[in-house]
Amino acid sequence: MKVLVAFKRVIDPDARIKLTADGSAVNTESVEYKANPFCENALEAALQIAEEHDAEVVIVTIGGDDTDQTIRAGLAMGAARAIRVEVEDQDLDSDLAARILAAVYKEEGDVDLFILGKQAVDGDNNQVGQLLAEYLGLPQACFASAITIDEDASEAVVTREVDGGLETIAITLPGVITADLRLNTPRYAKLPDIMKARRKTIAVMDLDDLGVDDTALKIEVVRLEEPPKRQAGALVESVDELVAKLKNEARVL
Amino acid sequence: MSNILVIAEHHAGALKKGTLAAITLAKQIAAKVGGGFDLGVVGGGVAGVAAELQGYGAGSVFVVDGPAFADYLAQPYTKAVVALADKAGASYVISTAGTTGKDLLPRVAAALGAGMVADCVGLAEGDEVLFQRPMYAGNVMATVRSKTAKTVVSVRTSDFDVAAATGGQSPIVSVAADGGEVAARFVSFDATESERPELTEADVIVTGGRGLKDGPTFWNMMNPLADALGAAIGATRAVVDSWEEVPNDMQIGQTGKVVAPKLYIAVAVSGAIQHLAGMKNSKTIVAINKDADAPIFQVADYGLVADAFKTLPELTEKLKAARG
Ligand SMILES: Cc1cc2nc3c(=O)[nH]c(=O)nc-3n(C[C@@H](O)[C@H](O)[C@H](O)COP(=O)(O)OP(=O)(O)OC[C@H]3O[C@@H](n4cnc5c(N)ncnc54)[C@H](O)[C@@H]3O)c2cc1C
Ligand SMILES: Cc1cc2nc3c(=O)[nH]c(=O)nc-3n(C[C@H](O)[C@H](O)[C@H](O)COP(=O)(O)OP(=O)(O)OC[C@H]3O[C@@H](n4cnc5c(N)ncnc54)[C@H](O)[C@@H]3O)c2cc1C
Repeated sequence: MKVLVAFKRVIDPDARIKLTADGSAVNTESVEYKANPFCENALEAALQIAEEHDAEVVIVTIGGDDTDQTIRAGLAMGAARAIRVEVEDQDLDSDLAARILAAVYKEEGDVDLFILGKQAVDGDNNQVGQLLAEYLGLPQACFASAITIDEDASEAVVTREVDGGLETIAITLPGVITADLRLNTPRYAKLPDIMKARRKTIAVMDLDDLGVDDTALKIEVVRLEEPPKRQAGALVESVDELVAKLKNEARVL
Repeated sequence: MSNILVIAEHHAGALKKGTLAAITLAKQIAAKVGGGFDLGVVGGGVAGVAAELQGYGAGSVFVVDGPAFADYLAQPYTKAVVALADKAGASYVISTAGTTGKDLLPRVAAALGAGMVADCVGLAEGDEVLFQRPMYAGNVMATVRSKTAKTVVSVRTSDFDVAAATGGQSPIVSVAADGGEVAARFVSFDATESERPELTEADVIVTGGRGLKDGPTFWNMMNPLADALGAAIGATRAVVDSWEEVPNDMQIGQTGKVVAPKLYIAVAVSGAIQHLAGMKNSKTIVAINKDADAPIFQVADYGLVADAFKTLPELTEKLKAARG
């Protein structure tokens, strides 16, 4: 089996996000980057599948060479090798990201499964996996909280976290899965694995190599703003005061 | 002039109220670009849903109805929505940003060669159609432009008023669609049983956090409070991850449900940014936490620094009395 994992880095999800003075972009001065949490779940799922099914796990990242550090972290978790497609974030939208990933899929050949994160916690788009599946004409199982691959790797049974409960569907492979956070607990890389990861290959490609010649974005960010801050209210001293305020001031009872 | 197609969200034969919020966005777009809107319904045995939608002022209610569409699967539904969009001559295809919309709409966008705007919360002022959508767990609001002839939009329903019925009888038009070859099959659905209102439709939500100790205690504390208010019950990610008695679809936040009820009561919730992303547009927020420094107090209209175990029984009784 061969499993591709789309692995994106994001600004530390717990950091405070600030905009540049002119409000045109997120201030990236002295921010720390981490792997997108959902992508770590995607990679962990691929590694577990590999342990059971003798699969090769390949990381795919679209980004500049400053993303190599995140890729190495993924290689240290256990991926065999990585592909980095040289395109900067500002030249991407979800659609182009999906078309690039589709081109990598075709270039690689013999891929059984493409696992992505459900969403990247910077753009919060939750769409690249679905776009990719449609571009490749493959079935999709999004928001996965459990994955079972059958013995001959022809089908994946996937439990999906949906409104109102848990849905289980089966998709014929090759297919696309997007990972939800409860899918697994991503492993920590051990020191020897971190050393080993240094010798693993990161193959760098550009859009010419992949034959992606349409780089037009479908969605253009016009401006970014800080949303109006909610004003903190007041502390109340007692349950009686709270109930009185809810009734007479907020009028919500 | 463009045409706008709103795809209805429904479940088990019933229309989801979020559809009416999506209609509101359709009307806002129509006010800028002219033209009107149509409604679309896809499913197996959805005549009732279609009939319910006739009174909202749509040009037509287009329906794809057949056994191939009885269970939701992304591939056949994509084909059906594309058939509806073609029939309606739609420049905009709009639906709700629930899990079905999130699963389906990007595929539709790819099939139509359309730009996909996810989680739209409103339009920017001005003549042009520019969409606003949150990023970075709601810490940044982006204004985006779709540069394609067609645009697909998922709507964060809690940010829009629901469209009122206008009367009239939009004609129902049946549309043929072929689900095509499907490489997926439905296996089972494990529904979360609840008699309470749905989180995304509730006027009052009470949410419990990890401070409530364990799953059984969570329910013992939250159920009476929810009963007293006729409220839906939500939870933090810490809760649904750690306590199996609390199902995942109760999670509120960046990666769970986004809600904006009239009253939101957070009990023993710390107020992590990922949680705030899902509830900070609530009209009135109450926080009960024993830690006066908990970040939840920074968004709360009314904060009570107190031990939940002592406070909740008293609060429940007094709310009951106050509501008569
Ligand atoms: C300065 C700047 C300008 C930008 N301008 C625009 C713009 O004009 N229009 C616009 O739409 N976006 C813009 N972006 C955001 C763009 O780069 C997003 O990363 C892109 O749209 C993908 O969306 P997402 O990550 O939110 O996707 P999601 O759909 O949330 O991601 C889902 C999954 O897809 C995979 N994935 C996504 N991106 C990558 C990647 N790069 N490498 C590997 N896997 C990936 C991951 O597995 C991820 O978990 C800009 C970003 C920056 C920093
Ligand atoms: C990628 C990502 C996505 C995430 N998405 C979400 C999301 O969608 N939704 C979400 O909720 N979280 C999400 N999280 C998790 C989030 O960061 C927090 O960990 C989580 O919200 C904390 O839940 P909590 O408030 O219940 O628990 P804690 O942070 O542990 O807080 C418990 C609170 O209870 C209080 N307390 C304890 N005992 C009592 C008592 N007896 N009486 C009163 N108060 C008491 C404590 O003072 C504390 O403030 C996400 C995290 C990541 C990394």
